[in-house]
Amino acid sequence: MSDLTTLETDLLAAIEAAATEAALEEVRVAALGKKGSLSELMKTLGKMSPEERQVMGPALNGLKAKITDAIATRKAVLAEATLNARLASETVDVTLPLRASPLETGRIHPVSQVIDELTAIFADMGFSVAEGPDIETDELNFTALNFPEGHPAREMHDTFFFNPKGDGERLLLRTHTSPVQIRTMRNQEPPIRVIIPGRTYRCDSDQTHTPMFHQVEGLVIDKGAHFGHLKWVLEEFCKAFFEVENVKMRFRPSFFPFTEPSMEVDVQCDRSGAELKIGEGSDWLEILGCGMVHPNVIRNCGLDPDVYQGFAWGMGIDRIAMLKYGMSDLRAFFDADVRWIQHYGFRPLDLPTLAGGLSS
Amino acid sequence: MKFTLSWLKDHLDTDASLDEIVEKLTMIGLEVEEVIDRSAPLKPFKTVKVLEATQHPNADRLRVLKVDTGEGEPLQVVCGAPNARAGMVGVLGKPGDYVPGLDVTLSVGKIRDVESFGMMCSERELELSDAHEGIIDLPADTPVGIPFATIAGLDDPVIEIGLTPNRPDCTGVYGIARDLAAAGLGKLKERSREQIKGAFPCPVSVTLDNDGTEFCPAFGLRLVKGVKNGPSPKWMQDRLMAIGLRPINTLVDITNYLTFDQGRPLHVFDAAKVAGNLTVRRAAAGESLEGLNGKTYTLDESVFVIADNNGPESLAGIMGGEHSGSTEETVDVLIESALWNPDMIAATGRKLGINTDARYRFERGVDPDYMLPGLEAATRLVLDLCGGEASEVLVAGEVPEITKTIDFPYGEVKRLSGIEVSVAEINVILKSLGFWISGSGDTVKVAAPSWRPDIHGKADLVEEVVRILGLDRVIPTPLPRTGSVGQKVLTTGQIRRSRARRALASRGLNEAITWSFISEAQAQHFGGGVPELKLANPISADMSDMRPTLLAGLLMAAQRNADRGNGDVALFEVGQIFENDTPEGQKMVASGVRRGTAKLAGGGRHWSAATAAVDVFDAKADAAAALAAIGAPVDKLQVFAEAPSYFHPGRSGSLRLGPKNTLAVFGEIHPRTLAELDIDGPIVGFEIFLDALPEPKGKGGRSKGALNVSDLMPVRRDFAFVVAKDVSAETLLKAARGAEKQLITDVTLFDIYEGKGVPEGHKSLAIDVTLQPVKKTFTDEEIDAVAKKVIAAVEKATGATLRA
Repeated sequence: MSDLTTLETDLLAAIEAAATEAALEEVRVAALGKKGSLSELMKTLGKMSPEERQVMGPALNGLKAKITDAIATRKAVLAEATLNARLASETVDVTLPLRASPLETGRIHPVSQVIDELTAIFADMGFSVAEGPDIETDELNFTALNFPEGHPAREMHDTFFFNPKGDGERLLLRTHTSPVQIRTMRNQEPPIRVIIPGRTYRCDSDQTHTPMFHQVEGLVIDKGAHFGHLKWVLEEFCKAFFEVENVKMRFRPSFFPFTEPSMEVDVQCDRSGAELKIGEGSDWLEILGCGMVHPNVIRNCGLDPDVYQGFAWGMGIDRIAMLKYGMSDLRAFFDADVRWIQHYGFRPLDLPTLAGGLSS
Repeated sequence: MKFTLSWLKDHLDTDASLDEIVEKLTMIGLEVEEVIDRSAPLKPFKTVKVLEATQHPNADRLRVLKVDTGEGEPLQVVCGAPNARAGMVGVLGKPGDYVPGLDVTLSVGKIRDVESFGMMCSERELELSDAHEGIIDLPADTPVGIPFATIAGLDDPVIEIGLTPNRPDCTGVYGIARDLAAAGLGKLKERSREQIKGAFPCPVSVTLDNDGTEFCPAFGLRLVKGVKNGPSPKWMQDRLMAIGLRPINTLVDITNYLTFDQGRPLHVFDAAKVAGNLTVRRAAAGESLEGLNGKTYTLDESVFVIADNNGPESLAGIMGGEHSGSTEETVDVLIESALWNPDMIAATGRKLGINTDARYRFERGVDPDYMLPGLEAATRLVLDLCGGEASEVLVAGEVPEITKTIDFPYGEVKRLSGIEVSVAEINVILKSLGFWISGSGDTVKVAAPSWRPDIHGKADLVEEVVRILGLDRVIPTPLPRTGSVGQKVLTTGQIRRSRARRALASRGLNEAITWSFISEAQAQHFGGGVPELKLANPISADMSDMRPTLLAGLLMAAQRNADRGNGDVALFEVGQIFENDTPEGQKMVASGVRRGTAKLAGGGRHWSAATAAVDVFDAKADAAAALAAIGAPVDKLQVFAEAPSYFHPGRSGSLRLGPKNTLAVFGEIHPRTLAELDIDGPIVGFEIFLDALPEPKGKGGRSKGALNVSDLMPVRRDFAFVVAKDVSAETLLKAARGAEKQLITDVTLFDIYEGKGVPEGHKSLAIDVTLQPVKKTFTDEEIDAVAKKVIAAVEKATGATLRA
């Protein structure tokens, strides 16, 4: 039996000493392989007397189990060490910087974003979005809107003209989005509720005027729409658009050929700090023009002004974008400087909704 | 329109403060643009009396003054002015006072060892005039120690209002006062109704020639003889200067004064220089006239003039002529007060490019009923200020009787404005503005006063009532909801633009907005430049033609960014292009450009990948992604190696729905285009024609239908084909896909190889074919059969051979 004890001690020592999985395998083969030391001893069992076998059998089988276990345990330890060594060799520098994802670098122009904001606000009040061409007739841009031929009001619009055609007709670039009012009223039965965003043109260029700019126009025509409704619509719009609880508005009588009465609207603002704040303070800032649609305009669209009535308003999209988001120079809107677009633009997934807040 | 507070108070009896007046003006539609307090910069300067003036001990040209400031001890002031003398009253600036004309703040100084406690000021130093020959020399009886601004007539604030073109009645201070009185801010003072009796008939007659009466319905003229012209009185000069007019002489100043006081332009001729009688007529071609502004105008038949035997003497209603203008030597003066056709005045003014205070008023429409009272008012001023003797008034033509009567239902105020207002209140407002009301009941007849040519109908009357009542009387009223919740309000085109925009931005492109107009050369290069899309009056030569493409603007923008150091830039725009000048010729396009290394993963160098320049596939991918976003059937689109001439012919293509309908073009920009625009590459671009995609067909429901997937494992087989280099991958892939439509669910190209092992002029294309079993797994024979079909189909379509 002492031989067995010696064998056990030797084998366990060899297992423990095996430094690699290959060395361990060698130890296993030397002990448990066909010709292994333990296997050889096992073979002697057959020749033993039953009494000897009674003693040696369990002893040998016990030793075999013990050695098998020890090898398995050692194998697990060595496998773990190997894996650890591999993992250690595979380490990378996770601080390496990423590239910004395209979703992160792409931008929507503020004008597009503001049009989406306007759409969200006015869709909630039952307005749809109407559009019209940039190249307009004199009739739709002026005459049908109650600008008489040669009236000084026409000169207030610095109009871009095309060359006269053979029949003397001279097309122009629309100076405002208002011709779409006429197109809408001529093509759609009241009740009408539309907003009309789009490009407009005037030959004028300085820090606050560009030859091309954007306007949004609103039009409501039905049998009862009055100035009180207009006031409500504009107040609701201002609160929603500027995302403030309250905003004081001042309606001043003014003149536009296509509305009567006509008003200009100022909003309460605070100019005392570095940033203009809408809805606070004691200053006024003019933001839009509006009025009741002139009976002549309603008549020019084939409707009876004693039956149908309504109101319209118009404002500069670029301008309200500047007021809300703080750009100082209108010309930069059309310069496509990526630094400007990156700063003032919006991420592609920033889709304005009323449910989620327009700009948050 | 400018006026001063005291001028307003000549016509309006009011206790209202300046602030109240300013606020009210704005709220009744006469928007105050500016209030200028001219006295503010002069506040510290007060009158002083010079007690002594002695020679400066160390300087020949300087004197040492002792001045009495009205309080405390006299001050010592060193002064260099030649007119400084004992006994004079002047104006002193003290240490600490800012002198606007010198842009310095005074301090106690020592001039050649003599201390000076202030400065005696000249008019230039106080920015009153250019006079600097000496210090201000006030009348000896001027009180000492009072603010100089008061004496100078500068303590009268100037109010400037932005007048809307519908209010000619407020081109005169009197009309403004009338509006304020109606709004409850005081009482309007009555105008003089004096009719000066003429001592003799007007010796000059007036003829209104041919169609002259349409241009000039009436012309009033009167001679005042024996006048003494000269500088106008100080009060008149002060007011004219306050509103920015230069005093000329009394006669001219009177006409300017009444232009602003009453909105009634007048003209004065020096009778000695008028030859014979006056005729209002069309100018003859070739005639010319030197205007009072010193410029000579060449005239033709479209221009009306007032002429005498010498020819044109005045541009009727717009500007007088230099020749017959009145001067200090004028002894006999002809005063003209006439009516001119507003449209014709506007047309002439535009044509000749002349803006005058007279044109401004006549083209908006002056009060016809004030033509003769205006002439009387002018005569009164001439007689009072210049003396002389007036003739009778001569009137050619006839002052038209314009009475516009409007049927006015009182309910119209509520209908349009929503304001509850009593009939009595409406009547008070209209009457105070000069309207006549007759009849009774719910609808009355209202006549507009002669000075309100802008009043045409009942809506105008509503405006008058509402404007005077105040718009804050209007109660905001919620607009009733219409229809149902959550209706779709956008059109297909609007939705597509929005989706294309967000899809492109999500691919890292930055949205730009570029001008709708580009240069003629660029328009032509991009296939446009047609005459009908050329502006007649472009703002500059590089903004002359409506754009046929968005690419020109985007390419230029990319270059501008490169010039600022941002060469790796990806830009897009969603906007309109113009094929012709009809509404249908305006198309909506989404276009983009990528420059330098601005690929989808990002521009510039990065450790994670080798840096590569943008290529045609970046542009193709953008176009395909945006098309997918707008709902185009991207897998059904055909790719053609054809694109417009501004793309590289071998590195560009188009995506079409069917062989003819091009939805998008893409590619590297042609080197000639880069040269034409004077920009650098590498740069690629794409154009997506958003309107070209047909409207989606209305589907029955929103259900996406059942999902049909197999539980059986798909089988994949690889094939490598050798084909001629000019065979397109698309042809080969299409052939493989079509080989067994039932079983082949996907074919992808995973390798392209040219070089060793592949014959010259050929390439190897390796594809991965996915087969999907339907009912049971494939047998080897079935798979081989499909493989044979694929090989046969590809060989037939492309002449390929299976690579060994």
